[in-house]
Amino acid sequence: MREQRLPAIRGTEAWLIVVIALMVLFLGLATDTFLTVSNLFNLLNVSAINLIFAVGLLAVLVAGGIDISFAVAASVVQYLTALAVEQLGGGSWALGFALAAGFGFCLGAINAGLIHYFRIISIVVTIATFNVFFGFLMFFTRGVSIYDLPDWWLDRVILFETQTASGLFAEIRLPVAVMAVMVLLSWVLIHRLNIGRQLYALGDNPDGARRIGINIAAMHFVAYGWLGICAGIGGLMQANYVQEVVPNALYGRELEVLAAVVLGGARLGGGRGTVLGAVLGVALITITSNGLNLLGVTPYAFQMVIGLVILVAIIATNLQSSGLLGQRRRVRS
Amino acid sequence: MSDAIRLQTAAARPLVLQLKGISKSFGGVQALWDVDFEIAEGEICCLAGENGSGKSTLIKIITGVHRPDGDAEILFGGRRLGALTPVTARQLGVQVIWQDLSLFPHLTVAENIAFEQNLGHRPRWARRGAFRAVAQRVLDRLGLRLPLDTPVMDLAIAQRQVVAICRALATDPKVLFMDEPTASLTKAETDALLDVVRKLARDGIAVVFVSHRLAEVLEISERVTVLRDGTKVGDFDSEGMTQRRLTELMTGATFDDEVHARDRHDAPIVLQTDGLTRRGEYEDVSITIRQGEVLGLTGLLGAGRTELAATLFGLTLPDLGSFSLGGQRMSFASNRDAIEAGISYVPEDRLSLGLVQPQSIADNIVAPVLKRIMGTGGLIDRGTKDRLVGHWIDRLAIKVGKPDDAVSTLSGGNQQRVVLAKWLATEPKLMILDAPTVGVDVGARAAIFEIVRGLAEAGMAILLISDEIPEVYFNTDRVLHMRDGRIVGEYRPRETLMTALEAAVHA
Amino acid sequence: MRDGWARLGRIFDGRQAEIVGLAAVLVLVLVAFGVTTPRFLTLGTFQSMAFQLPELGLLTLAMLIPILSGGLNLAVTFSANICALVLAWTLQTFGGPDAGVFAFALGVGLALLTGFVIGTVMGLIVAFLGAHPILVSLSMMIFLRGVGELITRGGDISGFPAFVTTLGHGTVAAIPVPLIIFVIVAFAVHIVLTRTRLGFATHMLGSNIEATRYSGINTKLSLTLVYSLSGVIAAVAGIIMLSRFNSVRIGHGEAYLLITVLACFLGGVDPFGGFGRTVSVVLALIILQAISSGLNLMGANQHLATGLWGAFLIAVMVVRWGLGRWRAARASAASASPRAPPKNQTTKETAR
Repeated sequence: MREQRLPAIRGTEAWLIVVIALMVLFLGLATDTFLTVSNLFNLLNVSAINLIFAVGLLAVLVAGGIDISFAVAASVVQYLTALAVEQLGGGSWALGFALAAGFGFCLGAINAGLIHYFRIISIVVTIATFNVFFGFLMFFTRGVSIYDLPDWWLDRVILFETQTASGLFAEIRLPVAVMAVMVLLSWVLIHRLNIGRQLYALGDNPDGARRIGINIAAMHFVAYGWLGICAGIGGLMQANYVQEVVPNALYGRELEVLAAVVLGGARLGGGRGTVLGAVLGVALITITSNGLNLLGVTPYAFQMVIGLVILVAIIATNLQSSGLLGQRRRVRS
Repeated sequence: MSDAIRLQTAAARPLVLQLKGISKSFGGVQALWDVDFEIAEGEICCLAGENGSGKSTLIKIITGVHRPDGDAEILFGGRRLGALTPVTARQLGVQVIWQDLSLFPHLTVAENIAFEQNLGHRPRWARRGAFRAVAQRVLDRLGLRLPLDTPVMDLAIAQRQVVAICRALATDPKVLFMDEPTASLTKAETDALLDVVRKLARDGIAVVFVSHRLAEVLEISERVTVLRDGTKVGDFDSEGMTQRRLTELMTGATFDDEVHARDRHDAPIVLQTDGLTRRGEYEDVSITIRQGEVLGLTGLLGAGRTELAATLFGLTLPDLGSFSLGGQRMSFASNRDAIEAGISYVPEDRLSLGLVQPQSIADNIVAPVLKRIMGTGGLIDRGTKDRLVGHWIDRLAIKVGKPDDAVSTLSGGNQQRVVLAKWLATEPKLMILDAPTVGVDVGARAAIFEIVRGLAEAGMAILLISDEIPEVYFNTDRVLHMRDGRIVGEYRPRETLMTALEAAVHA
Repeated sequence: MRDGWARLGRIFDGRQAEIVGLAAVLVLVLVAFGVTTPRFLTLGTFQSMAFQLPELGLLTLAMLIPILSGGLNLAVTFSANICALVLAWTLQTFGGPDAGVFAFALGVGLALLTGFVIGTVMGLIVAFLGAHPILVSLSMMIFLRGVGELITRGGDISGFPAFVTTLGHGTVAAIPVPLIIFVIVAFAVHIVLTRTRLGFATHMLGSNIEATRYSGINTKLSLTLVYSLSGVIAAVAGIIMLSRFNSVRIGHGEAYLLITVLACFLGGVDPFGGFGRTVSVVLALIILQAISSGLNLMGANQHLATGLWGAFLIAVMVVRWGLGRWRAARASAASASPRAPPKNQTTKETAR
């Protein structure tokens, strides 16, 4: 019998850690700015919102679904929250979080309801709701941004700051703390609670899940609802970060985040994926563009390199499993 | 006769479950007619019947998935139950081990076994320690060992079967249904499983065993309940029952087992292999198959039979040795070359390899012979296609609604005919049949073999792979025995007793 | 009454059910807008629809084939951009506004070749490495967008010879040239999918790739070609977009990406692959375009149309779900005939 061990860091996560470590090493040596406090803080600030989205999306992917609509849902939540706090006479952070999470959950629940009660597969539902959310948002807002958000929302909450040798202030802002909380909560939900185990089971073997008595409807609402909450809170933080609400600001973010999460080892089709992997996937992409920036590469080339990195990662991981490296058919024992 | 025995058992042990007057129709189709079923504590009962006989409907009623029609009565431990739902059935201690096992491949053995602890939508911690403790307790009870932290996907089939049993046991069941538990196990694994089942029965669990393999059915059970076309034929004592009699009860028809072997030693050789070896799969295989000959290849699961077939069909390359077809040395880059050369392969797994289930019967039949239905300009000629499809549907007497219907709408036997049709359309010289009767009703099996014999009669060489020894014994001209990747024996049915062959294979 | 139901049932059961249903919806949409908007049922409206449809239409056809094979090609829009960029680059090399027809032809050839290469690379990765098509095409999309941004620095490329606009805005016998090109491509796709080995293989492997391989079909080659073909059609879309806008900009048509998937699903293509028909997808496209044009005439903007498209897809899927349940109920009622006694299946059936 084997020793009891911690949940092992398997395959993709291990690879990502190695690749990220190498990149950090290289960038640390090649630039004198990468391994500075202000840059590392900057990395955290920049990636906070995508990380919030990523861990939410992971819940859906693990349960065997996919969601394309969450990023535009986050924009919808921004507007709804802005409208609601205006109606409620200003509001506060507490109210803001409650509203954003609530609205986000409702939008996620729409997806879950359509998927569960009408047996429509998740990609069809969420592509439809993607268009519904975005189309109606743009229609009703006429594409107009909101700048006069309440003061609390625009307040740059600085959690930690330190003056660097060059005299500049390096700071960690509110979204990073919120991100840390959401990542932790997602980790608890997905890896530590019975509910998360049921999400894995559902993604792993839907028929088996039904037979053993998992409440499929509840699981759909948990997964899409959690992503909705993450999207709502991510939207709240994004508005805080950029100091305005722009209706199409998050358009297109869904595919970026999806690529990062899947890069982190989540399986399209369900049953596999870890919070650590999702975080590493986002980290790899953020560090890549940050590194390119510091190396003085033109920003126009960032996307190309990132695309190439993901493409190479896919080829590398699939080369292992596809048997092109001389793997044999397994003999049945 | 059997009634007397029934009374005796019933008196000795209290009945756990009684079903009276169970009928069930689905939108007008009567799946069950007034069926009674009962099982006592510690009893092992077999539910036998062909596909569509109502076995699975009965299981689904007992597990609360379906509700019986009319005034059916379900008694559990003598207490009359109202509506039975999946949740109440589980609470009462009714557990099913489904044929597909319904495990979660990416989760660990421990978590699969203890998964019941995760259920419910009230949040609580998933405790790995508790999972392991539950799993260990159940494994100890069976006296078995499994690596608790390994994902189930990394286990062999037999081990997964154990995991599924453990999962059911973790809930302290009173009645355990096992649906085709031995379908993909080797003989030794099956024996081990049957031991476990006996152990469970000794602990007072009522076990209902559903299996196609009649030999096992008779070996393990005390009593057999036979269903046919939704009605109960009767309860029969396993003692003194024969496989043939059971088949007759299940199908309502009589079959005569007859050795069909003929001597083909002077016919020209179609396939000859010479020292064919693929490391880890099979070794030094030298066989010949002659025109019109039906060669049987038997041996336990994992003996390398399917792997050998994969090489002959161009799916894998041998490491050593060579083979020739019609005297010409062959080297296949892919199975397309093999098909071109005149080799056909009917895989064991008809659901995922043999046929493209959701697609039409017509498309499945023409798939290997697309070249033949090309008309002008390299476009598919619909007329030619329809004629070809119609021809083979007639020829193999496939019972179809429309050729455009999905293959999945057909019965197992008719699906197997579609597989045969699709390969016959390629006009093969050699047809490899890998376990062609798996999932085919007993009644339809005979018809499949009749077709196969017809093909041999017309000069085709047939390689019949099966671990069902009677099947090979009665239907082939010559039998090769494969063990651990090597050919270890050759038998001629007319010169050998079936028991001798069985003894050799199971030794 | 029963007879009428039975006939209705036959229509909705048959192979034509999807087409009949979609055509009915199209008529409904046309009538609804015709009634509410007097200017809707005019030649002008239809001509403007005919000019707008081909861009989305061609991209949708490029999406259709991979979906049928059980995959997805999220790189269609940026493939189109890059191919257009190749054409623009060729035209500029040969003098920009002064470039001749030969240069244009060469550029078109190179653009199509580029589309073929992009598609083939994705196809090879999907077919030979078994990587998930969503992931492969998504990273290809990010890569192509990056390449485009690097080349154009986010700006427009314009300055093409005057005749290029004919392709985007001209008419032949009152029929817009882009529509003619779309119809030709759609017809070609229809033929490829229904009458060629590649089309046959696409459907089969979309349902079960291993079983298809066992049947002796070259699944790896077929799957690769599926994406090659998708790339070539995306290139045609890129050329049309270039001539419509008279410029190339990375990100042109980006908003179409998920709409193409929506149009395929609306046209009854199975999201898991294996089933779907070109005709239905074209009908779905016309419906989407009619909704958009009608709303436009009523003074609403494209965003309202986008929202309604999404809502419409949900409605259609819900109706299909309901129809499916109704059919299942009817099918089991229809087979409610008394069962034959157990039959002996060993009656004489020989193969030869």
